[in-house]
Amino acid sequence: MGAWLTRHAQTSIGSLGRLSQHKLATLLTILVIGIALALPACLHLLIDNAQNATGNWNRAVDLTVFLKRPTSVEDATRTADRIRKRRDVSNVELITADAALKDFRRDSGFGPAIDALNDNPLPHTLVVTPAAEFTTAASLEGLAADLRGMPSVDVVQLDTAWVNRLNAILDTVRSALVVAAALLALGVMVIVGNTIRLDIQNRRTEIEVTKLVGGSDAFVRRPFLYNGLWYGLGGGLIAWIITLAVIGVLREPIGRVAGLYGSAFELGGLDPRATLILLGSGIVLGWLGSYLAASRHLRAIEPT
Amino acid sequence: MIRFDHVFKRYPNGREALSDLSLEIESGEVVFLTGHSGAGKSSLLKLISLIERPTRGQLIVNGQNVNGVKRSKVPAFRRQIGMVFQDHKLLHDRTIFDNVALPLIIAGVGTKEIGKRVRAALDQVGLLGRENSVPLELSTGEQQRVGIARAVVSKPPVLIADEPTGNLDPELSLEVMNIFRRFNEVGVTVLVASHDLYLLEHFPVRRVRLEGGRIVDDIPAGVSAGEKLVDPAKFMTGSEGAL
Repeated sequence: MGAWLTRHAQTSIGSLGRLSQHKLATLLTILVIGIALALPACLHLLIDNAQNATGNWNRAVDLTVFLKRPTSVEDATRTADRIRKRRDVSNVELITADAALKDFRRDSGFGPAIDALNDNPLPHTLVVTPAAEFTTAASLEGLAADLRGMPSVDVVQLDTAWVNRLNAILDTVRSALVVAAALLALGVMVIVGNTIRLDIQNRRTEIEVTKLVGGSDAFVRRPFLYNGLWYGLGGGLIAWIITLAVIGVLREPIGRVAGLYGSAFELGGLDPRATLILLGSGIVLGWLGSYLAASRHLRAIEPT
Repeated sequence: MIRFDHVFKRYPNGREALSDLSLEIESGEVVFLTGHSGAGKSSLLKLISLIERPTRGQLIVNGQNVNGVKRSKVPAFRRQIGMVFQDHKLLHDRTIFDNVALPLIIAGVGTKEIGKRVRAALDQVGLLGRENSVPLELSTGEQQRVGIARAVVSKPPVLIADEPTGNLDPELSLEVMNIFRRFNEVGVTVLVASHDLYLLEHFPVRRVRLEGGRIVDDIPAGVSAGEKLVDPAKFMTGSEGAL
């Protein structure tokens, strides 16, 4: 067992040493793998961030309820209390007609025009914040329908259409991510497989001699599997660096856009779990690509 | 140790390299395999090392019928045969130590044990102290001795050599043959394919001469080629089939 572990350690380090002898070729290979892995990683970040952003907006989907005119402040308060008791509602804010008019006078600059009115034209308004677990489009529509059915309610405003559309777009992008990731994974395997195939051709004599002195298929294959593994890990690291660079470049402009929309949204990077998945898939794909290539091409090399 | 029983070897191109060959080599024997190039010497050795398989007939090596050895078992089978080649087949990007250690690494021997056995094998061929050289720093004769050290380092019961002295001058050839003899003295069965007449004169071991894939001569040890004509009674049994 100890000897076995030692052999594996020696083979893996030997393989690393061999790769570092051909620095440029190795670098090019892992660069290509890195770019291939970086594409799905960036796409994942895009979806992740978009979801985060819309998640914030989703929670901010409040219903605006305009009460019929005339309704007394007492009735409005009672209605607000009734709505507040619902379990799909977390908060209700009552903006009385007078308060609304005061705000309007202050913010709109139409002070003198408003003063000319005999009567306050604004209704009492309730801003209903749904409970967090009831922010799906369906339950929001249900809540709005219920509110519309209340006697003193005039109009209920709810705009979920754009949220639904954005979610549908994100779902499409997510499917595209799966397809792109699968294709690029295949690409990584082909790249590694082809590199290993060339490697095997270059080391034909060595393989023949090893087989002559009794090296099994597994023994002959081992250094190539480690090559594939190192390629994959190197590619994963490059991909990780590329994603970091992309985030670094985009963080500032996206922050500016978010600021203009009055959002505190900040571009998030790969979390530790996603980073591990990225490196892990690099390793697995590199290993798999070299395994397939080595099994196929090593069989064809027999001493003569 | 090695028994050919009516063995035929025909290559895909139709050439018949061995035809109805029967030969028995006892454990601990030294046998010279002679004949012109193309007589079937190399084919015979390739059958023993399972580089090729017999087209027909039985071949038993160390108690194992080669027909029954599956592809996946070929490496384990080869580990019991030490092989020496005319072109040495050394790995030029590795040190002498690593070249000789290869069979032990394959067999999964521990690192300490490998060091001991590689140095012992190099000592036997007179190259102790050259572990860290690479093959190209050595003379042809020395490279051949490295090849021999690699062939015997895992102490195989059978040693086969295909024209091991082909590129060596007479003096070095004798030296190489003496190394083979020393291994034979500790019980290793040695089979050498060679058309080196000089060697044949110096080593009165059993000689099997091939021609056109058949055995045409089987001269037992201790008998020179000339004597055989005078005294045919000294023929060994086991060669009749081929004659």
